[in-house]
Amino acid sequence: MSATSILLQFLNGLAGASALFLVAAGLSLIFGVTRIVNFAHGSLVMLGMYLAVALSEVVGFWWALPCAALAVAGLGALIESVLLRRLYRAPELLQLLATFALVLIIRDYALWQWGPEDLLGPRAPGMAGAVTIIGQPFPAYDLFLIAVGPAVLGALWLLLTRTRWGTLVRAATQDREMASALGVNQRLQFTSVFALGALLAGLGGALQLPREPATLKVDLAVVSDAFVVVVVGGLGSLPGAFVAALLIAEVKAFCIALGYSKLTLVVEFLIMALVLVLRPWGLMGRMPAPARGPAALEPPLAAPSPRVLAGLCTLLAALALVPLATTGFTLVLLTDMLVFALFAVSLHFISGPAGLHSFGHAAYFGLGAYGAGILALRIGAPMELSLATAPLLAGGGALLFGWFCVRLSGIYLAMLTLAFAQIAWSVAFQWDAVTGGSNGLIGIWPAPWLASKAAYFWLVLALACAAIALLWRALHSPFGYALRAARDSPLRADAIGIDARALQWAAFTVAGLFAGIAGALHAFSKGSISPESMAVARSVDGLVMVLLGGIQTLTGPLWGAALFTWLQDALARGFDYWRAAIGCVILALVLALPGGLGSLGGLLKRQGRA
Amino acid sequence: MSVLQVSGLSKSFGGVHAVRNVSFAVVAGELLAMIGPNGAGKSTCFNLINGQLTPDAGRVLLEGRSITGLPPRAIWRLGVGRTFQVTATFASMTVRENVQVALLSHARRLPSPFAQAPRLQVAQADALLAQAGMLDQADRPAAVLAYGDLKRLELAIALANRPRLLLMDEPTAGMACGERAALMRLTASLARASAIAVLFTEHDMDTVFTHADRVIVLAGGERIAEGAPAKVRADPRVREAYLGTEALDA
Amino acid sequence: MLEVRALAAGYGRAQVLFGFDLALRAGELVALLGRNGAGKSTTLKALMGLVPPAAGEVHFRGERIDRLAPWRIARLGLAYVPEERRIFTDLSVTENLEVGRLPRREGAVHWTAQRLFELFPNLGRMRDRRGGSMSGGEQQMLSIARSLMGNPLALLLDEPSEGLAPVIVDAMAGAVLELKREGLCVLLTEQNLRFARRVADRACILETGQLRHQGAMSALDADPALRERYLAA
Repeated sequence: MSATSILLQFLNGLAGASALFLVAAGLSLIFGVTRIVNFAHGSLVMLGMYLAVALSEVVGFWWALPCAALAVAGLGALIESVLLRRLYRAPELLQLLATFALVLIIRDYALWQWGPEDLLGPRAPGMAGAVTIIGQPFPAYDLFLIAVGPAVLGALWLLLTRTRWGTLVRAATQDREMASALGVNQRLQFTSVFALGALLAGLGGALQLPREPATLKVDLAVVSDAFVVVVVGGLGSLPGAFVAALLIAEVKAFCIALGYSKLTLVVEFLIMALVLVLRPWGLMGRMPAPARGPAALEPPLAAPSPRVLAGLCTLLAALALVPLATTGFTLVLLTDMLVFALFAVSLHFISGPAGLHSFGHAAYFGLGAYGAGILALRIGAPMELSLATAPLLAGGGALLFGWFCVRLSGIYLAMLTLAFAQIAWSVAFQWDAVTGGSNGLIGIWPAPWLASKAAYFWLVLALACAAIALLWRALHSPFGYALRAARDSPLRADAIGIDARALQWAAFTVAGLFAGIAGALHAFSKGSISPESMAVARSVDGLVMVLLGGIQTLTGPLWGAALFTWLQDALARGFDYWRAAIGCVILALVLALPGGLGSLGGLLKRQGRA
Repeated sequence: MSVLQVSGLSKSFGGVHAVRNVSFAVVAGELLAMIGPNGAGKSTCFNLINGQLTPDAGRVLLEGRSITGLPPRAIWRLGVGRTFQVTATFASMTVRENVQVALLSHARRLPSPFAQAPRLQVAQADALLAQAGMLDQADRPAAVLAYGDLKRLELAIALANRPRLLLMDEPTAGMACGERAALMRLTASLARASAIAVLFTEHDMDTVFTHADRVIVLAGGERIAEGAPAKVRADPRVREAYLGTEALDA
Repeated sequence: MLEVRALAAGYGRAQVLFGFDLALRAGELVALLGRNGAGKSTTLKALMGLVPPAAGEVHFRGERIDRLAPWRIARLGLAYVPEERRIFTDLSVTENLEVGRLPRREGAVHWTAQRLFELFPNLGRMRDRRGGSMSGGEQQMLSIARSLMGNPLALLLDEPSEGLAPVIVDAMAGAVLELKREGLCVLLTEQNLRFARRVADRACILETGQLRHQGAMSALDADPALRERYLAA
């Protein structure tokens, strides 16, 4: 590689870093002051792109940039003041769920407004050509982008250090309670910070247009990139975000230049995993101050009462009879529900009682699915053996990843699980020879004796119910008691001889193993696997199921999984904008029923008494 | 023989001596109160004894055996129970489950994932709860207990490993007057009955002088007095230190 | 100026204040005394809205404030200096003061950074110093100065002398007396009786979350039995 091409790749990396930094800076500002992890940040970026395309036809490209950014900022202010303001006292996960609902709604709004096709953005007038750098052509617009990153960092720095507003924001980021006690108007502050963050997101999106088209898929892709940048840089540190954006964009640029373009999907997550293990609070972050005030109180996780058990058994019996009545589509749907119920229960096992919030649980579902597919197709193992062995692969993955994950907690733990899931996903996406790459694997069918829909349904019913029963049993074993104890009070747990980290590692592995069972069952029921089965969206689906059902209840994840699977299916078939509909359902539930579906029973009981 | 023997204990943080050359002992069945103004080093002392901190110098002996520098989990297994200033219990579990976890940990049964925990150690847990006067609330979630009851639950948890030594950090803080006396009487009777040595810190002087057998006074990380309550109470240095005025000028 | 009726407050399950009454007149300096854990800090936090009161009422200048957010209370003219000082460590001295700045208030002294640097000359010499690199005494002064930037009518001071060297305690007492001369109403908590004796008009003694005694500071001074009962070891 010549010195010239190294320089050009370096410049290319700088150009890529700018937009990434803008987006990450917005996310970081919002988190710093409001403590909300804004999943919808990528959606704001996407809106910025589409709006800029639309506006540039009216006012021209250069005017479209600020106009789109301002429009997104206005939307941000609206979201904060109408929705998020009601949730500041809610548990972290519920806030996350609400912002995820926004992702769904905004995605479908864009679909409705601009259609499913990618929209090519305009060239930047006056910067459409290339300039020559040491004899090599380099896009003029990229030079402009290179300047934008430091310019915005400088502008933000001036805003934060030279204005009263910025001083107040820095004060609130450090100690918002004290800032409030000094008379800082929190409503105004939170709304304006959210608007600024949205502005940066919108601008970051609009600026990318000459380099890439506006597409619907950008939302989750960008938000996970931005998470990585913010976490690598250190939550709440703008210079950290800048350094991290540079680091990641440069490493990606050189991966491409050196012919390892496949690595680009995973390299940022490798960097993040490395940074979090070496410096748990990011490159320039500091250990978060312990939260003030008591954590949300969890009700006891009672063993199912005889009545509930009887109900569940009746349900089980009823389900077992279904194939006698129909072998049609209902059976397929019920099979899916059972598979996802097991997936949700395994996620609940660690995120509820063990208190380890995983954003990457789909990795283990996917490992189980791919394990089964690879064993069956590539090695030619019989279906029974594949089904039995695949979950062990998922458990092994969880054993490995879990060792790192249980060393962290809270949002950092969540991000690390996300990173590992993304690594697993990109391996599946790219290893054509083994995983079939983006096409996945097809032709994974069960053994002849299970070939009928009814027989396979009975198998799934038996295995899923047995697995769920085992997990529930474990929650009410000494092991489960110790997990809940370590979550409730690490201090007291340590003082009575509980090795919390070892227990949590074991729980993480067990949850991975059981998610792997669900994955393997899924593979054989569909006959195919695609990388989708371990993508971020699948992990989020799992979280939505658990939270919909109620993370504090034992049976909640079952109802959450059933409802979500049914909703997805029913809406996706009859309605183009099913995502938005699900988003609205989630928002309504978050606002009206913060304890999830599982809390409905208790709520009705209390009202009946009153 | 003393249950706890502390000699020459020192710890400093960034050049500030939090605890300097402190020595004392507690015998079985005795309640020793540790008092002193804020920042006198009481909490540091506790954390040094139960292993949350490692001393810079000095030794901690439990029944003649050195526990200096061991991690809290190991020290707990050797028979040191602890209650915290701000109660630390398992809020999402019932009162009985709280004690069961401690008992199961003591019996080294925690790793078993299939045993039916609700049926294990029930009799032992109920016996401890009865001792602490909490049996009638055994099935309530810890999260809804009154504060005084939480303190009693902590006591029951702390007794689960049949401790030789009980460390109680401000056992009566946050309680109403009547509750304070009741808790301390309970502690004293348990200590006498099971020959447990009790070391506690306390800011309520009525509690200290009514219930402690002996008192040790720390100020600025050093021991400035030790002895029977009446003697300590009359000590002019103690009065100065506790008011905190002359001590600052000294 | 400030009136507290049957205030009860606590953290989670731990109740700290058990029905507590107190009234402050304009220009008065009242010391809230009592041993550790008596509920002094919690009282100030509850008045400021940082710990939501479980019961009771707080009125400030005739307006009921016990359900308001802290920033609304601050904007009515009540200022708070926490025990841990809670300086914004990443911000400079000038910036810390800027955070506390509120508009000029009718009937209150108008403080500017310049005037505060006259009151606390130390701070004036380190305007660009980051809060995190200041000594405890300097942080205490900054915390008080920062709260004065809101031009308050009343000031809640939590343990102003705690952890300070004797010479700084002296300076602090001087500053507090200066504020009193300016007409500010002050409610402070103290464990240092000498400090309280120097500055306070009136003493209230708190024990286990209840008011046990109140009267002129001089009366407490003259009554060793009373001091023995509530304050001494």
